[in-house]
Amino acid sequence: MIAFILRRLLQSVIVMIAVAAVSFTLFRFVGDPINSMVGQEASIADRQALRDSLGLNDPIILQFGRFLGNALQGEFGISYRLQMPVTELILQRLPATIELALVSGLLAFVVGLALGVYTALRRRGVLSNVIMTASLIGVSLPTFLIGVLLIWVFAVELRWLPSNGRGEVVALGDWWSTGFLTHSGRLALILPAVTLGLYQMTLIMRLVRAEMLEVLRTDYIKFARARGLSARAVNFGHALKNTLVPVITITGLQLGSIIAFSIITETVFNWPGVGALFINSVRFVDVPVMAAYLMMIALIFVVINLIVDLLYYAVDPRLRVDRAGKAH
Amino acid sequence: MADPLLSVRDLVVEFPTRRGTLRALDRVSFDIMPGEVLGMVGESGAGKSITGAAIIGLIEPPGRIAAGEIRLKGERIDNLRPEALRKIRGKRIGMVFQDPLTSLNPLYTVAQQLIETIRTHIDCSEAEARKRAVALLDRVGIPAAARRIDDYPHHFSGGMRQRVVIALALCAEPELVIADEPTTALDVSVQSQIIEVLKDICAERGAAVMLITHDMGVIAETADRVAVLYAGRVAEIGPVREVITEALHPYTRGLMGSIPTLTQESDRLVQIPGAMPRLNAIPQGCAFNPRCERAFAPCFTERPELLALDGGRRVACWLHDTAKASEVPHG
Repeated sequence: MIAFILRRLLQSVIVMIAVAAVSFTLFRFVGDPINSMVGQEASIADRQALRDSLGLNDPIILQFGRFLGNALQGEFGISYRLQMPVTELILQRLPATIELALVSGLLAFVVGLALGVYTALRRRGVLSNVIMTASLIGVSLPTFLIGVLLIWVFAVELRWLPSNGRGEVVALGDWWSTGFLTHSGRLALILPAVTLGLYQMTLIMRLVRAEMLEVLRTDYIKFARARGLSARAVNFGHALKNTLVPVITITGLQLGSIIAFSIITETVFNWPGVGALFINSVRFVDVPVMAAYLMMIALIFVVINLIVDLLYYAVDPRLRVDRAGKAH
Repeated sequence: MADPLLSVRDLVVEFPTRRGTLRALDRVSFDIMPGEVLGMVGESGAGKSITGAAIIGLIEPPGRIAAGEIRLKGERIDNLRPEALRKIRGKRIGMVFQDPLTSLNPLYTVAQQLIETIRTHIDCSEAEARKRAVALLDRVGIPAAARRIDDYPHHFSGGMRQRVVIALALCAEPELVIADEPTTALDVSVQSQIIEVLKDICAERGAAVMLITHDMGVIAETADRVAVLYAGRVAEIGPVREVITEALHPYTRGLMGSIPTLTQESDRLVQIPGAMPRLNAIPQGCAFNPRCERAFAPCFTERPELLALDGGRRVACWLHDTAKASEVPHG
């Protein structure tokens, strides 16, 4: 078990170094950072002096090492555009994105699981067919269109929900601000969460349905039925647990992409999260922010992957190799 | 004669498909006496497993019992409501499946699966169910049962898993056990052990066994009587010795002739020409007529019914119908 975690950690570190290399290349080669810092009047000598003082003439490996060292301390430099430390900028906006991602991820998982199980058990039911058809819409409509449609219906026509922003937020501790605690914050969360989670929800639902149908055909389910276990025990005890193994993996990875791809939803709803920050940074070639964002998303993916692997372990006893070794 | 434990009469199982309805079982009738081992043999697709599934009420939809009846101790069980049928499964009729590697849920320990099944059918505490489970595992021959019970299925070998499956099928003390090819997926070396365990434990509890297999050797050693199925119909039923040594139905004779023996000096095994007809192309009259060497006029027009003969034997063949057989050109 410990060897397994260590191996996974090592793999994670390698992934992070690779991503750091890409981020670093961004820094170094997308435009000349000196140009972004000094005015047009600066002389070549001035530029050279600045270049020397920033260490940009050092060997690449040394520069990369310095970049890694800084990154490890959460130091990504100053945003060209906003003239603020990048880390501070991202931390300021991270709570909005994380709250949005968690709510839509939870929504996608719970609703997707419920609908998936329902449509698998009532395979020939009318409602199942309706749900399956409707899910096609969720899979095929692009996120920004769904967002705009929801705004049009619920914000413009019905006027039930706000069309943009986070509502009122409450500060928790030093840097976390939450929208969960105010009425307007919760209302403002609904539309973006639905927009962001809809695709994942239909994906999870279809996956659960397919897995569940697969599991229901297996011999151990037949045998469980033949032993006279109740339908509930068979469907939810025996079948659902076996369905969960692949579903956990996909859901975990999806949570990563929810955070990464919240860019579109945040733009549509003018949500003050890191996605919107990233889009604006791209527009202004704000390389430090882009590099830091890249590193952050990679870190989130790596951490979620690690958690998913450990969950796998908890659900499926066949993976616990060391116990098997003892038993024989 | 005592009343049969299980009585199947004119059972018809149909599968509606886009190209018409397929009859997987066509008026199948047989009895199983209390404590008896009835072997059920036939080629793949003859309807052996469907018969087992029909009895326990687990035919995969859209398949359905279209006609006939199944009685357990005189009580009809083929038309019970799902909940009533569920209470019979496991409790009064146990079932052992073919592949022990896939019959057990991989995510639960053997103890969890046994205790859950015991407590579904028998009103007892967790601790008591566990005690019963350990005793049962011990009985089916799992060494160090008290320790091994908390292992997961993947910790056991195929033969050991089939023992666990047998324990699971028997844990609520059913009166009838349907064993659907219980040894087909196992190594030859453990096959006889598993059959032995199944036979002994059922004999000890007075449970009858319906043993579905295409292994005639297993049937010869284990069964009291044997039913031969062909294309969803019963070709012949009788005490196992007689059926093996002097089969009445030409199909049974061909089946027995295709078993190699060590004592008999022969270069070639007998083989039955052709293949079993597909369910959508069963010929008129006797289903075996295209492959039968002794087929004569009535075989192509009328389906032979199961005829009761002396010694508890039954055969569905016009050759044994005295009225028709007189028409045979040379017998």
